[in-house]
Amino acid sequence: MLEQQLINALTLGSVYALFALGFTLVFGVLGVINLSHGAIFMLGSYVALMLVEQLALPLWLAMLVAMLASGAIGLAVDYLVLRPLRKRNAPHLAPMIATIGVAIILTNLAQGLFGAENKRFPQGIIPENSFTFGSIHITAVQIGIVVISFVLMLVLLAVMRRTQLGRALRAIAESPKAAYLLGINVEGLFYLTSFAAAALGGAAGVLVGLSFNAITPFMGQPMLHKGIAVIILGGMGDIRGAMIAGLFLGFAEVLTVAYISSDFRDAVGFGLLFLILLVKPSGMFGKVLERKA
Amino acid sequence: MKFSSTLTTMTALVLAATLAQSALAADVKLGLAAALTGPAAKYGVAIKNGFTLATEEVNAKGGVNGNKLVLMVEDEQGKKEDAINVFKKLIFQDKALLVFGPTLSNSAFAADPIANAAKVVAFGTSNTADGITAMGPFTFRNSVMEADVLPVTTRAAVKHFGIKKVAIIYGNDDAFTKSGYDVFKATLAKQNIPVTTTEAYAKGDVDFKAQLTKIKASNPDAIVCSCLTEEAANIILQTRTLGMKQPFIGGNGLNSPKLFEIAKNAGDDTIMGSPWSAENLTPANKAFIAAYKAKFGSDPDQFAAQAYDALYIVAAALKTVKLTGALPADRVALRDALPAVKIEGATGDFTFRKAPEAGGKPVGYDAQQEAIVNIAKGGKFVLLK
Repeated sequence: MLEQQLINALTLGSVYALFALGFTLVFGVLGVINLSHGAIFMLGSYVALMLVEQLALPLWLAMLVAMLASGAIGLAVDYLVLRPLRKRNAPHLAPMIATIGVAIILTNLAQGLFGAENKRFPQGIIPENSFTFGSIHITAVQIGIVVISFVLMLVLLAVMRRTQLGRALRAIAESPKAAYLLGINVEGLFYLTSFAAAALGGAAGVLVGLSFNAITPFMGQPMLHKGIAVIILGGMGDIRGAMIAGLFLGFAEVLTVAYISSDFRDAVGFGLLFLILLVKPSGMFGKVLERKA
Repeated sequence: MKFSSTLTTMTALVLAATLAQSALAADVKLGLAAALTGPAAKYGVAIKNGFTLATEEVNAKGGVNGNKLVLMVEDEQGKKEDAINVFKKLIFQDKALLVFGPTLSNSAFAADPIANAAKVVAFGTSNTADGITAMGPFTFRNSVMEADVLPVTTRAAVKHFGIKKVAIIYGNDDAFTKSGYDVFKATLAKQNIPVTTTEAYAKGDVDFKAQLTKIKASNPDAIVCSCLTEEAANIILQTRTLGMKQPFIGGNGLNSPKLFEIAKNAGDDTIMGSPWSAENLTPANKAFIAAYKAKFGSDPDQFAAQAYDALYIVAAALKTVKLTGALPADRVALRDALPAVKIEGATGDFTFRKAPEAGGKPVGYDAQQEAIVNIAKGGKFVLLK
């Protein structure tokens, strides 16, 4: 049973990590907790579903377009909601509250457009083969989730660490004013960050939609709760921290079910969060926090 | 002069005619609080459809004692707070004679006390949790309690599959699924069926693999699922990807075509007990299904059927009530007439049964109905023989 549970944990953790990645990226660079990330995640899976159902696009292309579409939504949210607040030097709470509003609007919009019922990708679209190794069952979708999540995480990490763009983003994370004085196009990179973060959120949405067959207008909210836990655990704004904390939360939840009780699944995840905050208020990777992204 | 007197006479005549008309036939305003948006909307919309259909049928046949029924529908979004607000609006502002709803048991526990305090009947068509009708003498429901249905279902399943031990999975943060779990637990104990493991999940969960892996390791003969349709369907699908072949046993929450839209044939061999089945071929049920399909272009579910029957139950009670136009008196008169109603509806023969006394307080009325046990075959429920 343990082997199977570890596979379950790896899949779940990868999804959490991928979701939290964009969430933490926006915090690192823009200094904003964007609570519309869950709604964008939800819209990502609807876009892919529509493309597959209405236009019969192949899955990989639908996912790519869904990422671009979620990115565009994230960009629009930045331009219409976050930018005016930035310009006005609004206090920290303002963008957070504003994005709660955005999340509610997007959720209601999705409900109006697609209905409250669960939707799922049509059968036959998702590879349904699964592999059995002894007592372990792994589906093609599970493998896809882990691989795609890790590829996207590593790409983002490489961009942040190894490119000029990444250096500029880290400079902004350090101090937007100093970066501006150094000639970095801060506003432009804010948009790029919002776009990339939302695209990652959309990708997570498509993967969750694919693996769990439950695309609803409300799927963003529970994921957002986990995302908040993950980015706090990992150290706010820390990309590597979000990856590790995402996996960590996945393992904590699954092992709680396996060895304690499924009643405590969420309680243990958030209990750990509480404990870590007590011991190390800056999260598991507190040192990195100072450097943010 | 002459002209104006004619006018006065005519006005008086028209006025008198209107008054006479209203004394003879008035609109009977019935409120409906249903979750038309939000996660429970799938049930609320079916309920609204059932009521709309029945109201139109009754009115098309001339209403009740010449009075037209007017259905006032309000969205309570499946939330307690909104259910309270909607009940207040329907009772105090819109002056409804009676209020149907709300959709979820959770919301009923919040809103029904308001109706009881105002001496207005709160008539639930989808509230199956224990203790709903213990809230007061004005609480009624025609939704059959899990406590009546599940023992029959479990016994049938045990016999059909030769079950020795079962595992349980249920939603632990929802009044309906939690109450279903409590009944299952008591039932299994009474029928001497050991439980290998009990697993829970929370609203919004989509990944049940951790719980199911644990259930798999405990090797049960069947899985008891106190779940709502969509979770149940995903749970069934995920067990199959883990290589598990056990049949499922469930309650009302599984009684929806949605189960098979999602789970397809993976749901086969699921046993479910319910007061309503599309396969129950009584004339009343056949007529209901045909009329529903014609009006809404889709198959009805149990929620629509129970709503449809509820309207007919109230119409039958209204037939025996002489409405005076004094709202408080009429509301109480309707309440007093309800317990005697007997109808044959889409869900079969229906009568009310007084709820068990709770601490000496006056109580309302539950449904007295036979449970129908179904088994899934080829992507739909058929009667279990």
